[in-house]
Amino acid sequence: MYSEKVMDHFANPRNVGEIEDANAVGEVGNAKCGDIMKIYMKIEDNIIKEVKFKTFGCGAAVATSSMATEMVKGKTIDDALKLTNKAVMEALDGLPPAKVHCSVLAEEAINAAIYDYYKRLGIEPPVEIKCSGCCSDCHKHD
Amino acid sequence: MAKSIYLDNSATTPLKKEVLDAMMPYLCEHYGNPSSIYKIGREAKAAVETAREKVAKAINADPKEIFFTGCGTEADNWAIKGIALAKEKKGKHIITSKIEHHAVLHTLESLEKQGYEVTYLEVDEYGKISLDDLRASIRPDTILITIMTANNEVGTIEPIAEIGAIAKEYGVLFHTDAVQAIGSINIDVKEMNIDLLSLSAHKFGGPKGVGAMFARRNVLPAVFMHGGAQERARRAGTENVSSIVGLGKAIELATNNLEEKSAKLCAMRDRLIKEIPEKIPFVKLNGHPIDRLPGNVNFSFNFIEGEALLLMLDLNGIAASSGSACTSGSLDPSHVLLALGLPHEIAHGSLRLSIGEINTSDDIDYVLEVLPNIVQRLRDMSPLYEKVSKELK
Repeated sequence: MYSEKVMDHFANPRNVGEIEDANAVGEVGNAKCGDIMKIYMKIEDNIIKEVKFKTFGCGAAVATSSMATEMVKGKTIDDALKLTNKAVMEALDGLPPAKVHCSVLAEEAINAAIYDYYKRLGIEPPVEIKCSGCCSDCHKHD
Repeated sequence: MAKSIYLDNSATTPLKKEVLDAMMPYLCEHYGNPSSIYKIGREAKAAVETAREKVAKAINADPKEIFFTGCGTEADNWAIKGIALAKEKKGKHIITSKIEHHAVLHTLESLEKQGYEVTYLEVDEYGKISLDDLRASIRPDTILITIMTANNEVGTIEPIAEIGAIAKEYGVLFHTDAVQAIGSINIDVKEMNIDLLSLSAHKFGGPKGVGAMFARRNVLPAVFMHGGAQERARRAGTENVSSIVGLGKAIELATNNLEEKSAKLCAMRDRLIKEIPEKIPFVKLNGHPIDRLPGNVNFSFNFIEGEALLLMLDLNGIAASSGSACTSGSLDPSHVLLALGLPHEIAHGSLRLSIGEINTSDDIDYVLEVLPNIVQRLRDMSPLYEKVSKELK
């Protein structure tokens, strides 16, 4: 059901871990729904110098976290904010329909970390947190 | 060669060689239609009837009380809808449990839409129904009690003989979905006062696509499939002869030396149940500690999610299953684990290892060797484990 790329990023996830002196941390999702993503960033001169993640969730949740962190590493904040869930999915050669919400979660986790960065600087963030924390908003069944 | 260990015997089992050998002649050689009067038709008919005798013998029933179906789900559908229809003049109330298989639950939901009333009995933390609750739920218009013999996810064995006695006392019919139990524990429909029972061949070394319903004499559910005179004109359609032969052979093999086989499975099961918590912290055994199927092991691992665990096990050559939402195809984790009172996040991290006759103690050694590392790897990746690991340090 998963593409080879998804399996590769699940079995060998890139950027797993924490950053002790991170200046941007974002967490989305909830345990009840079965996925939580937490992203740590070290941002300098508007550039994401370092990025790490921790994820509780299924194979797709781990793979999208891994891919999304790869895609924003070394990028400017503005470029990172342009990252869409669609781009993450495409980079992974697609996801099964029931797992699309994982890519949304990855996009939201990146946004949440950047939101935190601005908040810490006392600047009004140029980004909205859309994720309600309830998976059923993106993941419709029956 | 990479390891390949199958620990999902509750999902299905490999066809036994002896069963395949018994089936083969009925595909190309004795291909006659059992309804035909000439020789190859009569041969096919005789094979179907021999299989019926074997199924009857395995559960201490009369061959006339066995009806072949296309699967266990069909047997459940037929028993429940068939009794609902046959008894609708007496009443429209049915009693079941919250942890039944979807073949039962969704069948009952369809009846609720047609005006039937269903009482769903709660289960305790181990998955057992309460006999007092059962008694209290019986009403004058109760027509059927349907409680599974043993649960497919957590392996808990229900007090079937006691339920049968209560049903008899109140004059209510008793159906049991024994799909997971046949071939694992002894079932005697007479001694246990079972009126209707469902079973499926592929759960005990038989082929997929064939099952059977037992219905006690004079307890006939309404006709399920209209057409020809097959299955005493109650389930029309040309018989799946080779598979029925396979079912007969498989049930005969599965119920032979049941105690000896069960002891072997229990030994492997109990080793996993004892050693997994010794090797891995923050785990919980799901299901009953004693009254459980010989091959069933079900644990929840805190801070991780079941589908990721299954994928990781698969990468290490182990096939297993989970009750997480990601594997159930819905937003919620398994209804069984939730009915046992598990919080969502713990239910998401469940793992079922179901041991079968094909497994050996080497398989168990291997699981005990790789599982702790896999769980630790996923925990190290989990934000839920972060706080706990910091406290541990």
